[in-house]
Amino acid sequence: MTEMEGEGGRGVTFRTMEIVVSAIVLAFGATFLYSSYRLGFRWSSDGPQSGFFPFYVSLAIVVASLAILVRSIARHDAKSQEVFVEWDQFKRVLSVLIPAAVFVLGIQLIGIYVASAIYIALFMRFIGKYGWLRSVVLGIVIAAISFMMFEVWFQVPLFKGIWNPTAWTGY
Amino acid sequence: MGDLALLFHGFAVSLSPFNIGLMFLGIFLGVIIGVLPGLGAANGIAILLPLTFTMPPTSAIIMLSCIYWGALFGGAIASILFNIPGEPWSVATTFDGYPLAQKGRAGEALTASFTSSFVGAFVAVLMITFLAPLIARFALRFGPPEFFSVYLLTFCSFIGMGKGSPAKIIVSMMIGFALSAIGIDTVTGQLRLTFGFTTLMKGFDFLIAVIGLFGIGEILLSMEEGLAFRGATARINPKVVFQTWKALPRYWMTFIRSTLIGCWMGITPGGATPASFMSYGMAKRMSKDGDKFGTGVVEGVVAPETAAHAAGTSALLPMITLGIPGSPTAAVLLGGLLIWGLQPGPLLFVEKPDFVWGLIASMYLGNVAGLIVVLTLVPLFAAILRIPFSIIAPIIVVICAIGAYTVNNAMQDIWFMLGFGIVGYLFKKLDYPLAPLVLALVLGNNAENAFRQAMLDSQGSLTILWSNPLVGTITTLAFVLLFWPLISKFIGDLRAKSRRPKPA
Repeated sequence: MTEMEGEGGRGVTFRTMEIVVSAIVLAFGATFLYSSYRLGFRWSSDGPQSGFFPFYVSLAIVVASLAILVRSIARHDAKSQEVFVEWDQFKRVLSVLIPAAVFVLGIQLIGIYVASAIYIALFMRFIGKYGWLRSVVLGIVIAAISFMMFEVWFQVPLFKGIWNPTAWTGY
Repeated sequence: MGDLALLFHGFAVSLSPFNIGLMFLGIFLGVIIGVLPGLGAANGIAILLPLTFTMPPTSAIIMLSCIYWGALFGGAIASILFNIPGEPWSVATTFDGYPLAQKGRAGEALTASFTSSFVGAFVAVLMITFLAPLIARFALRFGPPEFFSVYLLTFCSFIGMGKGSPAKIIVSMMIGFALSAIGIDTVTGQLRLTFGFTTLMKGFDFLIAVIGLFGIGEILLSMEEGLAFRGATARINPKVVFQTWKALPRYWMTFIRSTLIGCWMGITPGGATPASFMSYGMAKRMSKDGDKFGTGVVEGVVAPETAAHAAGTSALLPMITLGIPGSPTAAVLLGGLLIWGLQPGPLLFVEKPDFVWGLIASMYLGNVAGLIVVLTLVPLFAAILRIPFSIIAPIIVVICAIGAYTVNNAMQDIWFMLGFGIVGYLFKKLDYPLAPLVLALVLGNNAENAFRQAMLDSQGSLTILWSNPLVGTITTLAFVLLFWPLISKFIGDLRAKSRRPKPA
């Protein structure tokens, strides 16, 4: 813990994040540019080729992100030196993001309903620090409500997972 | 006069018991969506959109637009009672709303805010009623070049009028266009930009992007700030309401000014958020008690709320008449129309008058219903806000996941939603605007098709964009707006130069 808090002072600056994000955007634009170049971006006998529009769109991405990249590298004022996220804040962000990613993986395997119940219960228990009883009850109640709403009333079937643990309900 | 008859017919359509029920349900859901941070109007409507596919389109749009009105009202509750803007356009409302609540005048602030929201929206609806048919009739003459030039105007005004860095606005917008181009090219039938992934064949659905960018992204941001809700209690009794109403006519000038700002910003894609800030700023500069702004004056609540609602409502004008949404939420509604097989644009007024006038009539009724609901149920909504974020957050994530899945019944969309959430978080923090991305993603295909058709007509010559006075004016206006920052700087320099020789 102490080791982590020690890093809080340094952290990633806005300048670094600006550079990283614009570089990623640049790479994205360049990939699209190449792909639409391969597709053909000129004129054929029947009008513009498929790559015409994407070509100029990705050209604009490349030029604009290059401008942002160059400017953020050159920038050294106070705002650019500010910390992008404090370590404490970043921990809170991760405490939502990682469970959310595990939740999505859970949906893939055991379906939306069971995964939601487990996700809400565990989130309340470990991040909200509620008692087990309240957490589990609320998780199950929410999952049950959504099951009734989607499967029974609106008849919009949701994803029940590869292992389909709710197969016994017959929906 | 024919239009008025159609409007009354529209009232008849929207006054069926089923539609009135949906109206109140929509408002109720909308206020909850507006109150909760992380669940905004755009992604709230995106999530609920698939549930309305089985309804008749008119009922569906009534419910969805009422969610929108509800969200516009709801944003103010969180701002005033908890100093937490539930929606970006209610940030300016916190400046004076929260100080008022701290002084124990929460009821007054809420009443003033709801009433001014109502006034702003009402004037905007009046404007839509009279302008929409005219614009639609005018736009019937539009061909592909005209439509493309209107798209060009929309996107150029984003870049020229936007507050932030133009490069970031361009990046965000072009990413939207690029994502919209992924999949099968509708003209040549060729697969493009899928990089060999079959999952990308159908392309990106903008609803997924909206749910991820605004829903998940917002949750991550709220979590970073570690929200703890500590709010003033609210109870509105009729006495306070009538006292406030008696005092409000004093601010007639603020109402007029804010409504005008709002309508203008709503039609041009400025949107409700800049409109509310601009209106607050203007009111502060022009009011007698300008220096008291920020300490809790009613006028400081009136100005941003009127403008935000006027803007939010008038954003629907270009959406129904031209098929060009003025805000991300309007873009989601437009997406809904497309899914129901209704092509928004001038022809809609000719082909589906029932639908259009039903929608316009429901705007009047929805706002009345909204005012009633929020005035009576404030304590309930305030109680919802008191539910701790560690319970709300996972529930919102679950709702977003369900919403993302129901769009296409595709599991992979939930993963895309998560990815868009991370993008939304990073972009928000680094001031890349999200609205241009969403609009470009929605309009990308239409804009590209209009461009291609125009180019086919002209054998690939760009001069078609100036081929007649109409299209020429729009295109030129687009470029003026695009380079507006440079032009205004140039004019400023000229003025400074001409002033310099004069003795000081």
